[in-house]
Amino acid sequence: MDGNLNALTTVFTEFYYWVTVVFMFLIHVGFCMYEVGASRARNHMHTLMKNIMIIPLVTVTFFFFGWWIYWAFPNFPFWGGLDTEAGAANLPWADTMATNLGDRITGVFWAAFLLFSWTAASIVSGSVIERIRSSALWVHAVLIGSVFWIIDAAWGWHYAGWMVRILGYHDAYASGVIHAIAGGYALGVIMVLGPRLGKFAKDGTPRDIPPHNPWLLTIGIFLIYTGFWGFYAACNVPVISPEAIDGQITGVTWTATNIYLAPTTLSAITFNFLMSLSGGLMAAYVVSKGDAFWTFSGGLAGIITASAGNDLYHPIQAMIIGAIGVVIVYKLHYWVERRFKLDDAVGAVAVHGYSGVVGLIIAGFVLWGVPSSPYEGYATINPIGQTAGAVIMFFVLGFMPGWIVAKMQAAAGVLRIPEEVELQGLDYAEHHAYEDAKAAIIEADKEELAARGVAAK
Amino acid sequence: MSTNGYTSWSVDLAEVGPVYPFQGYEVLMVIIGVVFWIGWHRIQFVREGEHLEKARHTGDEEKVKAQLERY
Repeated sequence: MDGNLNALTTVFTEFYYWVTVVFMFLIHVGFCMYEVGASRARNHMHTLMKNIMIIPLVTVTFFFFGWWIYWAFPNFPFWGGLDTEAGAANLPWADTMATNLGDRITGVFWAAFLLFSWTAASIVSGSVIERIRSSALWVHAVLIGSVFWIIDAAWGWHYAGWMVRILGYHDAYASGVIHAIAGGYALGVIMVLGPRLGKFAKDGTPRDIPPHNPWLLTIGIFLIYTGFWGFYAACNVPVISPEAIDGQITGVTWTATNIYLAPTTLSAITFNFLMSLSGGLMAAYVVSKGDAFWTFSGGLAGIITASAGNDLYHPIQAMIIGAIGVVIVYKLHYWVERRFKLDDAVGAVAVHGYSGVVGLIIAGFVLWGVPSSPYEGYATINPIGQTAGAVIMFFVLGFMPGWIVAKMQAAAGVLRIPEEVELQGLDYAEHHAYEDAKAAIIEADKEELAARGVAAK
Repeated sequence: MSTNGYTSWSVDLAEVGPVYPFQGYEVLMVIIGVVFWIGWHRIQFVREGEHLEKARHTGDEEKVKAQLERY
């Protein structure tokens, strides 16, 4: 770091991403609480462990190869070869992927992307609770968290990604690159996995399976909102000079940018985050007739729908787009449930997947003709590029891998838990030691109490 | 054509102000936003009134007593 200004900018950027990572940890805490609150008491520990172990598994694989994919894949395989030069500094054996006084950014930037990876995996985890084998889910977690989402990020969430250059793809806060792909992946898995026992009556009518702890669920979703705010900040470059961007921007005015290095402000995304949250909450309350959980999820769906263009929208546009998205995904969720008999336990396919797709397409119209990138020769934002991008995210990189891998797991008999275990509860089957220990210590305490009672007399 | 007036970022940012789409329609957007907000209150008043009217006739005395005991 030569020069005081350079040092200050570098350390500020390092600290900025570090703070966003800490905030984003709350997303995972929220997902864990939401899943445990939504599951029935007999599946608590299993549900919690299933989500907790996403953290280490996605972290180590993202270190080994996920981060390298982001830098090596922007044009691979259709528009060029692997970018081995950019990838070299992000290989697990590179000295920049370690304690290095000459590089203060790679670690925090890697971590910001990693937390997105946890989120992608955790979205899938919620939809499959109470009947998937943990071992099967953890393979899906690695695939969505350290392979497929980061391929889509290289293609559509990288300043030089081919989708940005050729399609004019614009997805500033990840409507598609996190939410549509994870929702699509979850849909592929639950199509093969099947519904929980009792979810559908014999005539095919869906039954509601109410959450066992609505308060845990409420706190969970509020933590997700909080973490999502950190996620928004993490999607920006906090401060950069036109010279460093090296694109078309002229003059000497420094700016914050989105991931494509196109200018925006933290002020803009703060307006739009809160207005799209509000539009989503209001619309969800009306469309669900005051259902608490759909209202909470609607807030999230509102943000996700507006996220693709929240770097540029006017706040009222963000509010209306969030509201429109929620109405569409709510109707679509119940239509799909009735028509295809699918059990999306926490509504993840709808809240993340459908919202992401709708948000991308809306952005194509509202931002039609606006430059997605500061670089010359890139396509501008347009409805066809955004719709093609939504298909790539939801179906090509999300649904198809999820469905194929789940089919392979089902054929090998390692996807779903046995029906007997599903009925008695996963905690009974897999955590019997905990239950036995609990019963033993309760019995011991009772004996102790009885003995003292006798002694006192 | 561009909905925010910029077709490229070959500009000096010192001279750039608003970059949101449909500039010039701010008042119309506010009117739409206010209609959405007021409409929401209207829907809520009507629905809650209907719900409470229905609810006042559905209470079973024994069940209400049980609720009181439950605190």
